[in-house]
Amino acid sequence: MIEIERVSHRFIDRTVLRDVTVTLAEHRIGVIGANGSGKSTFARLINGLVRPSEGRVSVDGLDTRRDAGKIRRKVGFVFTDPDNQIVMPTVAEDVAFSLRRAKLPREEVRRRVTAALERFGLSDHADHPAHLLSGGQKQMLALAAVLATEPTTVVCDEPTTLLDLRNTRMVGTLLHQLPQRVVLVTHQLDLLDGYDRVLVFDDGRLVVDDRPGPAVAAYRRLMT
Amino acid sequence: MTGPLGLYVPGRSPLHRCPPGPKLLGLAVALVLALRYPLLAAGPVVALYALARIPVRLALAQVRPLWGVLLVTGVFQTITIGWERAAEITSSLMLSVALASLVTLTTRVSAMLDTIAGVARPLRRIGIEPDRVALLLALTIRCVPLLTDILGSVREAQLARGAGRNPLALVVPVIIRTLRTADALGEALTARGVDDE
Ligand SMILES: Nc1ncnc2c1ncn2[C@@H]1O[C@H](COP(=O)(O)OP(=O)(O)OP(=O)(O)O)[C@@H](O)[C@H]1O
Ligand SMILES: [Mg+2]
Repeated sequence: MIEIERVSHRFIDRTVLRDVTVTLAEHRIGVIGANGSGKSTFARLINGLVRPSEGRVSVDGLDTRRDAGKIRRKVGFVFTDPDNQIVMPTVAEDVAFSLRRAKLPREEVRRRVTAALERFGLSDHADHPAHLLSGGQKQMLALAAVLATEPTTVVCDEPTTLLDLRNTRMVGTLLHQLPQRVVLVTHQLDLLDGYDRVLVFDDGRLVVDDRPGPAVAAYRRLMT
Repeated sequence: MTGPLGLYVPGRSPLHRCPPGPKLLGLAVALVLALRYPLLAAGPVVALYALARIPVRLALAQVRPLWGVLLVTGVFQTITIGWERAAEITSSLMLSVALASLVTLTTRVSAMLDTIAGVARPLRRIGIEPDRVALLLALTIRCVPLLTDILGSVREAQLARGAGRNPLALVVPVIIRTLRTADALGEALTARGVDDE
């Protein structure tokens, strides 16, 4: 369960989130809103990358201020630009990276890396340089690396923005099939079909919190 | 696919299976021998490449960047110190690069990093985390293509706007993009658990 209580956030003198309170117990949660409305900041609250100026954020009972390390092991984060989250020179090593950080035994690391590459169709590229993959493959790699750590929650900040239609569908379907809880920030509204709950942000405020149909309709009205 | 220069080529040869530590020691010994007996060492180096089953094209690609330089210095040395010494120096340089490349061609970066982290272990006593040293090296390797991409795209954007080839005009946007990328990379490292311990 993700609990956000009376959270406001400022970057220096700019207020980006205003008194947001929401409890998320669902499995599939979408986040939409205009550019600059605070979606990315909201997403970063959930794994403690952003600590709120005011209020409290907790995930499964852990406070992001006190237990940031523990929370990051439970909450995986997928960024928009996969180039920025690939840290190792080759594909298999990048998947292994987070696992080694978690101090898993060598055998377990190898087993999970093989499984993750298999699952994301990257087995043939295991020893290839990661920066030579296509954009879609890079985002698959980013997802593979996050999921290999077996998080309970996956937060994605516009993971399909740089992808073509086919790769967008592929990532969308994949997220939909995950057993994990997913929080998806996106401008591609059709990805949210079948989601349990969609939050709409406007100028730092959570203005709509509804099922995808009504939430998207409200967002469209906001944008006219 | 032939990978870029000096990047790991998967295989099961004895060289691939040899742990990085002994391999690096072997490299040191081989370098000394190659410098001392440059003409005799050529055969064994070729044999090592064959043993590691590195494709000929890839093997040649390792020393290709050197040819221009070696040609110039070779001609110069032939004139000044005679062709025998010139041949020795040229071949010892080429063999040294070939030997070093052979190590990177047969060693996974992660295995190399583990070894380096191991060697750096005594640094812990003065407060330096060995894993950090290895991570630093990994990031350095990773940043080469990242920076090349930034440079390429900034240059492209400027050419598209008709800004010509003024190198100074590149500096500011390249620095800004680099800082932004560094920020994002730092954030990703945190998200992936680097600052947790
Ligand atoms: N690190 C930061 N320092 C200062 N201001 C920031 C920082 N990060 C975000 N902001 C500002 O906070 C506001 C909200 O940003 P945020 O990235 O959360 O919006 P967003 O809804 O994700 O927008 P987009 O759809 O463009 O991704 C923006 O005005 C942005 O300029
Ligand atoms: Mg955003």
